[in-house]
Amino acid sequence: MAVVAHTVDERLARTRPLDRLLVRPELGSLLGALAVFAFFSVVTDQFLSAGGVSTWLDDSATLGIMAVAVALLMVGGEFDLSAGVMTASTGLVTAILATQLNWNVWWALLASLVFALVVGALNGWLVMRTGLPSFIVTLGTFLALQGLNLGVTKLVTGTVQVSGMRSTEGYASAGFVFASTVNVGGATFQVSVLWWLGFTAVATWLLLRTRLGNWIFAVGGAATSARQVGVPVVRTKVLLFMTTAAAAWLVGGINVLRYTSVQANQGIGQEFFYIIAAVIGGCLLTGGFGSAVGAAVGALIFGMTRQGIVFAGWNNDWFMLFLGVMLLAAVLVNNAFRRRAERVRR
Amino acid sequence: MSTPLLEVREVGKRFGGVIALSDVSTTVNAGEVTCVLGDNGAGKSTLIKILAGAHPHDAGEYLVEGEPVQLSSPREALDRGIATVFQDLAVVPLMSVWRNFFLGSEPRVGWGPLSMIDRGRAREVTRKALADMGIDLRDVEQPVGTLSGGERQCVAIARAVHFGAKVLILDEPTAALGVKQAGVVLRYVAQARDRGLGVVLITHNPHHAYPVGDRFLLLKRGRSLGCHEKRDITLAELTRQMAGGAELEALEHELRQERVVPRPSSPTLETVPAAPAAPPARPGRS
Repeated sequence: MAVVAHTVDERLARTRPLDRLLVRPELGSLLGALAVFAFFSVVTDQFLSAGGVSTWLDDSATLGIMAVAVALLMVGGEFDLSAGVMTASTGLVTAILATQLNWNVWWALLASLVFALVVGALNGWLVMRTGLPSFIVTLGTFLALQGLNLGVTKLVTGTVQVSGMRSTEGYASAGFVFASTVNVGGATFQVSVLWWLGFTAVATWLLLRTRLGNWIFAVGGAATSARQVGVPVVRTKVLLFMTTAAAAWLVGGINVLRYTSVQANQGIGQEFFYIIAAVIGGCLLTGGFGSAVGAAVGALIFGMTRQGIVFAGWNNDWFMLFLGVMLLAAVLVNNAFRRRAERVRR
Repeated sequence: MSTPLLEVREVGKRFGGVIALSDVSTTVNAGEVTCVLGDNGAGKSTLIKILAGAHPHDAGEYLVEGEPVQLSSPREALDRGIATVFQDLAVVPLMSVWRNFFLGSEPRVGWGPLSMIDRGRAREVTRKALADMGIDLRDVEQPVGTLSGGERQCVAIARAVHFGAKVLILDEPTAALGVKQAGVVLRYVAQARDRGLGVVLITHNPHHAYPVGDRFLLLKRGRSLGCHEKRDITLAELTRQMAGGAELEALEHELRQERVVPRPSSPTLETVPAAPAAPPARPGRS
């Protein structure tokens, strides 16, 4: 750094090291994750055992899949409040088709994927068509789906849950793909951890290496500018809403096959955890900046803390306190970055 | 003389009952800068929107390389080699310089859905394109938002030049800039001109227009006050016409009077010794 410093503009040279650090959106969350990991490793015995690791990884995995999808959407400048309840909706569609209409589980999964994509596309289309904030549009979808979940479930089963997946056709193969477990070191690891890692890797590759990724950053950072240079803004954003819905389908499928039943009120309130994990991972609330790896690490912090508090035998209330502090810290760091990058120098 | 790159003949545009522009004629030649000057509301924006294809004109003729056209979208203008750099520059501040440079036209390697942006090439081309314009950015990975206003303007210009523009339309590129930065941008305008592009420079500052311009189109209230070749007009005359000529003199007169009028009616000022340069009109009025 010092070697080249004298050859460039002195103003650039002075700000460079800090800029370098701040362009990595996931850096803050990585440091946070390391701190949490070290803390609970020292404080509790269980945390580092194979069983402990599998517990907090399991807790992080489904949250992480959603956090990564929500992070993509947030980089694209939108929110999806219906993401949480969507994990229940897709699970219910799969379970009702498989248990009540005796569909093969694979066909039921396919149908619920189509359902998810349609709702996602509807979200995106409404947001782009009306120009309303996605916050309010998806709040509407959220409430509508919540009502639909309860209403239809009660109508079909007479209770607030759908169960009996185990006896359906195709359960064994679908269960193997979405909900099998692997024994490592005496502990059982859920296959959802692999889905989480795979999804994060694909999302990162998409965001940083492909044209679509470039467009996602652009539509979130400055939609008008993106449109002026020929980026299909509407198509990109609708695709992002559909991706979020598809991720909710994946999580819904994992849950329904693992627990073999779905509660109609499942997933409610989770949407905020997804957003919080994405923000802790470095996503700006205003869009145009963020990282899939960061969101995955944000989810990991969630899982480690939630289970670490249990291992330590503390009251669970401390988790919310921790969450609040973590979120505020992340927002402050992100905000500092945005001011830095968007600052106008003349 | 060869065919001009762009030519408008008595072009006009109405928005409902409002005549935004009428009877404006000018030409843009390769390797020359045509400046469009005018105050706010003079019709500068309407004219460039016609040239850029954002508004179709509804009177007169618009010729691109001698061929009459009726452009219906900026894309169509772009396909004919007419690139416009609007005031907001169409850059995304949080994205890196090279990502901005290629946004919407990313070079790719690989096949189908697995194709990726050719990042090495994109970075190299960006660095080279900027260097050709005389901008030496050491790091094309830095966000555009960290560049100065002038540098951002230059990135937008370099991008237009790189993507095959024959005509470059610049909307008030120096408006928000300091003196030094404005000078830097004007140098790039000259650079683009020397590379054989036809440049349309919109500005309300004759001091920016005169040094680089070859031709000056003066607009006022949607009408042309005339289109002058550089050899036919001096900076002083250009400034005078732009400011409204006779009107400015009247304004000067008015302002001088206004300074004088309150004086007799203000008791506190009576005690103050009269300024030595008091205008002669004063005694007569009080």
